[in-house]
Amino acid sequence: MTWKTEEPDFEVIVIGAGVAGSVAAYQLAKQGRSVLLIERGEAPGSKNLSGGILYCNEMEKVFPDFLNQAPIERRITRNYVSFLNQDSSFAIDYQDTRLAHPVNAVTVLRAKLDAWLADQCTDTGVMVMPGVRVDAVLTETTDDGTQVVGVQAGEDKLTAHVVIAADGANSFISRAVGLRPKPKQNQMAVGVKGVISLPRRTIEDRFSLSGDQGAAFAVVGDCTQGVGGGGFCYTNLDSVSIGVVLRLDDLVAKKKAATRVFDHFLSHPLMAAYLEGGELREYGCHLVAEGGLDMVGDIHMGGLVVVGDAAGLTLNTGLTVRGMDLAVGSAIAAAKAVGTAIERQDVGAQALSVYRDLLFASTTGKDMERFARMPEFLERERLYSKYGDLLARIMHHIFNHDGTPREPAVKVAANAFSRSKVKIGQLLSDGLAGVRAL
Amino acid sequence: MKLPSVTDRLARNRFVLDEAESHIHINQELAALTNIADALIACCPAQVYSKAEDGTILVEYAACLECGTCTTIADDAVLSWHYPRGGFGIQFREG
Ligand SMILES: Cc1cc2nc3c(=O)[nH]c(=O)nc-3n(C[C@H](O)[C@H](O)[C@H](O)COP(=O)(O)OP(=O)(O)OC[C@H]3O[C@@H](n4cnc5c(N)ncnc54)[C@H](O)[C@@H]3O)c2cc1C
Ligand code: SF4
Repeated sequence: MTWKTEEPDFEVIVIGAGVAGSVAAYQLAKQGRSVLLIERGEAPGSKNLSGGILYCNEMEKVFPDFLNQAPIERRITRNYVSFLNQDSSFAIDYQDTRLAHPVNAVTVLRAKLDAWLADQCTDTGVMVMPGVRVDAVLTETTDDGTQVVGVQAGEDKLTAHVVIAADGANSFISRAVGLRPKPKQNQMAVGVKGVISLPRRTIEDRFSLSGDQGAAFAVVGDCTQGVGGGGFCYTNLDSVSIGVVLRLDDLVAKKKAATRVFDHFLSHPLMAAYLEGGELREYGCHLVAEGGLDMVGDIHMGGLVVVGDAAGLTLNTGLTVRGMDLAVGSAIAAAKAVGTAIERQDVGAQALSVYRDLLFASTTGKDMERFARMPEFLERERLYSKYGDLLARIMHHIFNHDGTPREPAVKVAANAFSRSKVKIGQLLSDGLAGVRAL
Repeated sequence: MKLPSVTDRLARNRFVLDEAESHIHINQELAALTNIADALIACCPAQVYSKAEDGTILVEYAACLECGTCTTIADDAVLSWHYPRGGFGIQFREG
């Protein structure tokens, strides 16, 4: 049993008012706990950036009327996947109004969403403290090992039964306390993003949408100039979120400049047509934790649990980055475990290990396990350089009527295949690995 | 759409500049030994890093978007990087 009888300043202190931190704080306050939520940004959300597709079912578990109350942009009804080459592209265009009934995914802008989440916290009794950077956690040595007992910000020290580290992908807090190592380059990608203003009507016309319907474009191939990663383009109400995600080890190895890759993607004819006449409203970048299950490692110790990106809970499935819904999922598990631990007056490492159990029993944990092989699969070079070219060769044969007699599709494919740089063994191996990773 | 230069892009963002202290420090000798300059210059989406004629790495910390890319690719001994003090640095309005 690890429990301090003297009353701490707060029962729980949460570091970071992103999605994970705010949802954890909100739920603990709803349980009647005294909660302090500390955020280093001037206002909650001001440091945060995502591509912008939020899969909303986890969020709706916490806020049943989320879709009507939260600042969401559009409801995604069109998913478009494109393999991009220098002068050609091959795409799958999936449009379905059923995706909006019930709503499956929406676009969000984090400065707005996170501000709303923090307001919900304030309304529930959380003390929200923006503009303060936590510099360290306070620890004590007990019979059970190191116990976190509070936080330090500048000269100020504040105590708590439990500290929740929700400080995002860089995870400095859990690194400082020796819980998690510095992430490796192949576990991290940098996302470079622009928000481009366009009139509402223009967006709806260009992306074939009506009302508050939205489109999500995922692009692989030439968009990243061969660097492992991909491009994205999501519609907001009167702007589009567009950018690239680049795996750091590959970005360094290929000696590409992140800004160049970003510029290259936005000026590719496929994307440029959608952006024509737009105005860059904001330019930003942020790390994506994409080491998958391997990266998760230790996420609790005496007096501390780690949630969201800080715990490595992000999934890159090749075509989408998912992190916000996993941040919510981990916050739900953490709030339950921490609440119970405080109620039972035991906040030692053993008692808080319930967080890990709850997490891996939930959809969030199960999805992390399901996609465990994805990072390894995505490190396969050919995915970014050769497949787009192969598909384009096949399509070119089918659609380019040059006056010569047509060949059956199978033969066309076989021909294109033999001329491309992809070997049959590689294709089989990639296909198999891809299916396994899914 | 014509993309503005990176400097002009950053000028549209909102920054609260901490004039009192920089949050990025480079150990120039180690940086030269490990040859990290070009990687830092290439990877940073805000073009914070550049090289002086004598090879010293220059740091325009005020432009930093606080992603953490540079600190992930460089050794902690070469590059000491932490978040700016509370309330300072980039303040996204969209995200
Ligand atoms: C380019 C890009 C595209 C993405 N696309 C998607 C997508 O389409 N869908 C999706 O679901 N996910 C996406 N993600 C992932 C998603 O953004 C993250 O998983 C999500 O933001 C994680 O939320 P979080 O609360 O854990 O961390 P964050 O949102 O990073 O929040 C951490 C918070 O902690 C604060 N903080 C940090 N250190 C301190 C400190 N010492 N003291 C006080 N406060 C501190 C920060 O200021 C911040 O507010 C994307 C990410 C990127 C970069
Ligand atoms: S944190 Fe990101 S934006 Fe800031 S200097 Fe490093 S790479 Fe550049």
